[in-house]
Amino acid sequence: MQPFTTHTGCVVPLDRANVDTDQIIPKQFLKRIERTGFGEFLFFDWRCLADGSSNPDFELNKPEYKGASILLARRNFGCGSSREHAPWALADYGFRVVIAPTFADIFFSNCFQNGMLPIQLDEQHVDELFQRAARPPYRLHIDLHACRLSDDAGFAQPFAIDAFRRTCLLAGTDSIGLSLEHIDQIAAWETAHGLTAPLLDSTLGNSQR
Amino acid sequence: MPATPRTLLEKIWEDHLVCAPDGQQPILYVDRHLVHEVTSPQAFAGLRAAGRRIRRPEATFATPDHNVPTTDRRLPIVDAISKQQIDTLRTNCQDFGVRLFDLDDADQGIVHVIGPELGITQPGMTIVCGDSHTATHGALGALAFGIGTSEVEHVLATQTLRQSKPRSFEVRVNGSLHAGITAKDLVLFLIGKLSTEGGTGFVIEYTGPCIRALSMEERMTVCNMSIEAGARAGMIAPDSVTFDYLRGRDFVPADFEAAVAGWKLLPSDSGAVYDRVEIFNGEQVVPQVTWGTNPAQVVGIDGAVPDPAELATPSDRESGARALEYMGLSSGRKIVDIRLDRVFIGSCTNSRIEDLRAAAAVVRGYQVSPNVAAMVVPGSGRVKRQAEQEGLARVFTEAGFEWREAGCSMCLGMNPDTLAPGERCASTSNRNFEGRQGKGGRTHLVSPAMAAAAAISGCFVDIRQWHYR
Ligand code: SF4
Repeated sequence: MQPFTTHTGCVVPLDRANVDTDQIIPKQFLKRIERTGFGEFLFFDWRCLADGSSNPDFELNKPEYKGASILLARRNFGCGSSREHAPWALADYGFRVVIAPTFADIFFSNCFQNGMLPIQLDEQHVDELFQRAARPPYRLHIDLHACRLSDDAGFAQPFAIDAFRRTCLLAGTDSIGLSLEHIDQIAAWETAHGLTAPLLDSTLGNSQR
Repeated sequence: MPATPRTLLEKIWEDHLVCAPDGQQPILYVDRHLVHEVTSPQAFAGLRAAGRRIRRPEATFATPDHNVPTTDRRLPIVDAISKQQIDTLRTNCQDFGVRLFDLDDADQGIVHVIGPELGITQPGMTIVCGDSHTATHGALGALAFGIGTSEVEHVLATQTLRQSKPRSFEVRVNGSLHAGITAKDLVLFLIGKLSTEGGTGFVIEYTGPCIRALSMEERMTVCNMSIEAGARAGMIAPDSVTFDYLRGRDFVPADFEAAVAGWKLLPSDSGAVYDRVEIFNGEQVVPQVTWGTNPAQVVGIDGAVPDPAELATPSDRESGARALEYMGLSSGRKIVDIRLDRVFIGSCTNSRIEDLRAAAAVVRGYQVSPNVAAMVVPGSGRVKRQAEQEGLARVFTEAGFEWREAGCSMCLGMNPDTLAPGERCASTSNRNFEGRQGKGGRTHLVSPAMAAAAAISGCFVDIRQWHYR
């Protein structure tokens, strides 16, 4: 996984609450069996008009927000489906950071699996960022070592993040590898729960399959 | 000294905790892993790339459901990319030794319908799936939640998951439901009260006499939609309803009564403390209809589309205004005045036999409105066969409903079952998000009986006044 240490980039404000993963990446693009190539379909139904042309009113399409790598949104970002295609699409499009007052649980943890940093900030500071980001280009600097985000015009805020997740992001840790270091404890758990015999015999019961 | 009273969640959590390494997220053992075609290919590819195998293939069960045609299964799949995704699941299951309920298997169906139906889902288990409606399985007293594809790979490789301990949230429902009010109305009502993020960070345990009185399938409907309130999981303590439901199913333990004795220890102890408690009364619930683009934007059948300006928070007002524009509705419009183009009865929320019985009871002796195209998509091959044996399928087809093969279908419209732009649909599914059932499609979530009555009438009607024939 790509490590995340510091990042400086432009902010695009998406002034909506409850942005669900069906909007982030609509279902018609979930048929791919790869992890990559979802960026062009990010927010597809919002970015494209019915005739397939680009919707000039949608924030991401505005020339002044081209190249932004920090997405600013309202409450409950990423709600709905567990599809990891949502952070894949955001990352593939070029986003490294999403800032919102609250996130949905599954989306939140999916971000960390993909070297992307979701920053939860209280509503009042998110409001302030929306005001500042209304004058593009608006750049933010994020320092994960210091857990701090700041701009060049005096805005500076610490943010909270789970210590383990922070360590993994900073190092770009492969979480499977890390868990496999505890394989003896996993095996011990299985033994203690009678799972050493093939599972089919011990708990799959009366099935003749 | 007596042991500290524990909640159902705490008991399952503590039993499955493998270890909590210093400074790391705890490692939780996973008893059952359910897999479908859309969120698994990248996980299997990751295993292959790293040269890893599945730690316990016997604990993993797969079925294609999201992206499958619901028309004649003997015909080839037209969409080449869909076909590739389903073929990939086949290859992966074969290569890694996973039990697959394939398209031609009599037991294929929506993953959250077949898990309980086959007895794969059992009380006290930890169950995960790369799908947010995994919460459904909590109805049997399991801790079940949706995960992302990277986590699917983690579970395949280690049979465990990194998880921080969730907080517990007791949603207690006192009283009982009035005649004609269903579990779907109850859960929509609760989501309306809790909001779409009220449950974030929590596992909800539904308790109280109103919940205890629900059948097993009704409990599944309630737990299924926990995610719509932001909670990753919903659960209901197992009792005789649970045990009677499971007895005799394919994958339950051979010594069933011994298992029951263990499961009886699972319910929360008296005096157990939850992190949060909310209390409701079942008598308050009337038939529910969503008017907006998230499931918390819901109102009773006797109500009207609200004025977004009068909603509680700035977010609600912004979302509400946007929703009305998308839905093509104006505030003050009475719900019973909303006309429909399509009706969809199906999805992991409401596609089980009891749902189909309730819908068929409404339909019997009537014809679908000439302005409405209606379809019924059973949740599994078993549900389909049973409905055919009971004569329900005939009730539907004679009334003008389409009767389909099992799958997710128009719940998310990955397959050809979709709404056209602007079409308005009464749906028994769980999400009314923009474009969920097709770009520009307008979804109103309701119970199976309400959907059936809407199909006949061409508009929403109060099911409490339905004239059953
Ligand atoms: S029926 Fe709908 S909600 Fe349920 S698993 Fe399928 S797509 Fe998801």
